Amino acid sequence: MMGLIILVGIFQSWNVALSIFNMCLISAVMTMGANVQWGYAGLINFGLMGYAALGGLAAVLISVDPVQEAWRAGGFDILMCLWLIIVMMLAIRFILKNFAKSNFRTYGIAAIIIAGIIIIRVTAEPGIEAIEAVNPATTGFLGGFGLPIIFSWIVGAFFAAGLAFVVGKVALGLRADYLAIATLLISEIVIAIIKHEDWLARGVKNVIGLDRPVPYEVNLQATEWFINLVAKFNSSKLELISNVADKQAALNQLVIEGSSVFVKLCYSGLFLVVVIALLIVTQKALYSPWGRMMRAIRDNEEAANAMGKNVVKQHLLIFILGSAIVGIAGAMLVTQDGLFTPGSYRPMRYTFLIWVMVIVGGSGNNFGAILGGFAVWFLWIEAAPIALFLINLFTAGMADTHALKVHLIESVPYFRYLMMGLGLLLIMRYRPKGILPEKIEIK
Amino acid sequence: MDLLNAIILLLNYIFVPALTYGSQLALGAIFVTLIYGILRFANFATGDMMAFGTMVTILITWYFQSIGISLGVLPTALLAIPFAIIFMIGYMLFVDKFVFRYYRVNKSPPVQLAMVSIGVMFVTQAVVRIIIGPSDRRFFDGEKFIIKAGEFKEMTGLNEGLAIKSSQVITIFVTLILVSILFWFLNKTKTGKSMRAYSDNEDLALLSGIDPKRVVMITWIIAGILATIGGAMYGLDKSFKPFTYFNNMLPIFAAAIVGGIGNPFGAFLGGYVIAFSEIFITYAYKKFFMYILPESMEPESLVQLLSTDYKFAVSFSILVIVLLYRPNGIFKGKVL
Repeated sequence: MMGLIILVGIFQSWNVALSIFNMCLISAVMTMGANVQWGYAGLINFGLMGYAALGGLAAVLISVDPVQEAWRAGGFDILMCLWLIIVMMLAIRFILKNFAKSNFRTYGIAAIIIAGIIIIRVTAEPGIEAIEAVNPATTGFLGGFGLPIIFSWIVGAFFAAGLAFVVGKVALGLRADYLAIATLLISEIVIAIIKHEDWLARGVKNVIGLDRPVPYEVNLQATEWFINLVAKFNSSKLELISNVADKQAALNQLVIEGSSVFVKLCYSGLFLVVVIALLIVTQKALYSPWGRMMRAIRDNEEAANAMGKNVVKQHLLIFILGSAIVGIAGAMLVTQDGLFTPGSYRPMRYTFLIWVMVIVGGSGNNFGAILGGFAVWFLWIEAAPIALFLINLFTAGMADTHALKVHLIESVPYFRYLMMGLGLLLIMRYRPKGILPEKIEIK
Repeated sequence: MDLLNAIILLLNYIFVPALTYGSQLALGAIFVTLIYGILRFANFATGDMMAFGTMVTILITWYFQSIGISLGVLPTALLAIPFAIIFMIGYMLFVDKFVFRYYRVNKSPPVQLAMVSIGVMFVTQAVVRIIIGPSDRRFFDGEKFIIKAGEFKEMTGLNEGLAIKSSQVITIFVTLILVSILFWFLNKTKTGKSMRAYSDNEDLALLSGIDPKRVVMITWIIAGILATIGGAMYGLDKSFKPFTYFNNMLPIFAAAIVGGIGNPFGAFLGGYVIAFSEIFITYAYKKFFMYILPESMEPESLVQLLSTDYKFAVSFSILVIVLLYRPNGIFKGKVL
């Protein structure tokens, strides 16, 4: 796999190769999250998109500077609403605890929820309007805490874990395929909220220019030690040029290229740390008594229950853990891109593609998850060039203006779906356990 | 007079659109529920199969238009649908033979079949986009309106107009006819009864001599008919765009589960439940209250429960509530 990426580096450019590598690392983290749920415990979670988006939201809320004006304009109303929501939750909890189950209780709770939504809307309305009116072209939202973005990786995990707790409480009792549908729909609700609540993170207007944990290219290009480093690396190439002016121009060019490679390398380093840390933790967990218990629950719920294991509690726990890992990946993704675009969260890309990675790589095997993340993302990116090559090969006999050939070349981007689908179907049919199947050695 | 105006307003903006949208969802929901009841898996390729059927309809419509065949006031697509259905049935049987049959014979768990259907979803989506492209297409021709808003106002002398598009009437009519035939088939014919028996208890059905291959084949044939007509109706009424069809899968699932999955009648009503609640909750009632309340009490805000951005969220929330309180749906489907 690494060899393939290095080949891209040699034939296309190191820049492309490194960006593929970084995305592979992020995909690997997401896949590990899904693998913890599916491979360890057999829980099917089609809501990965929602958790990734929450991770991204965390990145925004942590790193952006607070918008003081907006806070003054509508901060009080929003805090008021938050307070109301907490009161509503406590009221419902109180009723659930203290009254026996009856129709009356159900209707009472429904009435509280409906009344609560109406009251919250009435309280929030002026605040939201005031906030969104504050300089709508650049801000129009509350902003964040102005902390280094790297913290958001942890906060994103907590956000996702919080959502997973609620979803798990609601939906984990369902049978497998219903759980899939329910989680998919809940994640759509989450995306809808992030998209349309502009006061929170500007909604579809996107947040751009997030702070970076690594240096900026422009600053690098002006730093002494970096220019020296580039010169040192390319000294043999530079020595061939005798003219001083030409030499300087060539060096400048190299510095510009080198700076973006260097930035991407910094990201790779950060992401690698996360992947390796997660790999160690998940491997340890897999072989621990806890991992053994999870497999027992996965393979035979009733038997595990009869042995005194609390299936419901363990399911909830692992659902939260897996979702938190996906949340980390979501925050990493936004950190790398430097922008948060709620409109780009689509189930195809953030749920089903990740599931293809899990199934292809091998469920229940962490190395399989990483391999799946790398292989599938690599194919996803390189599918278009491969398809173009194949089309040209098969239509070599046709004229360049032939309608069919032109049409096929225009639709090259969609061949990636075809490849993913065929790959998934073939793997499911001939290697249902994935490329690296689950392998448990009892030591 | 004001009361009449208010009623027309609701008819125009809520009732007619919701009935149309509900019919489109209902066809998809019956498709999902049949596959679930008889083949026992959640078919994630639903939306894309519908897109595929619509695509074939559009291609045949274009062909007819190019050789000059048309139905006059009716859209040409109606003529193309039967041919598209034949093609779609072939496609469904092809997919079943080469993909789903293997897992059915091996008695794989439903989750695995659902995963396989995701593979089918990817491939179908790719094929649709490669053949017809991802852009928005309208293929409606013929007379667009049955009653135009302006004409209606002149006719009745009311302030509010009522516009009825012919695509809406066609959708509702076709749905009613198709669904009645389907229920007649399922309840009265021998084949339909054997299908229901198979869905109820596979082993018992096999014991009483029902041929499973035949049941499965007929299920896919009905699925092909429903997918093509449901998709084409949606495309006629709104427009054809592969991405929207993929997204429609979600409210369709919601409709099928709300109605009680595995229960075709429930799915039929579930479609309307979802459509009506989506539109009821996101409609701004300001004008309605302006008509029925005296002037002094007129509301200042839009009187909208939720903004239209949350249209999908409404149906999903209903689904979550139903799953929590009545896991087998409003009309008793299979127990989860």
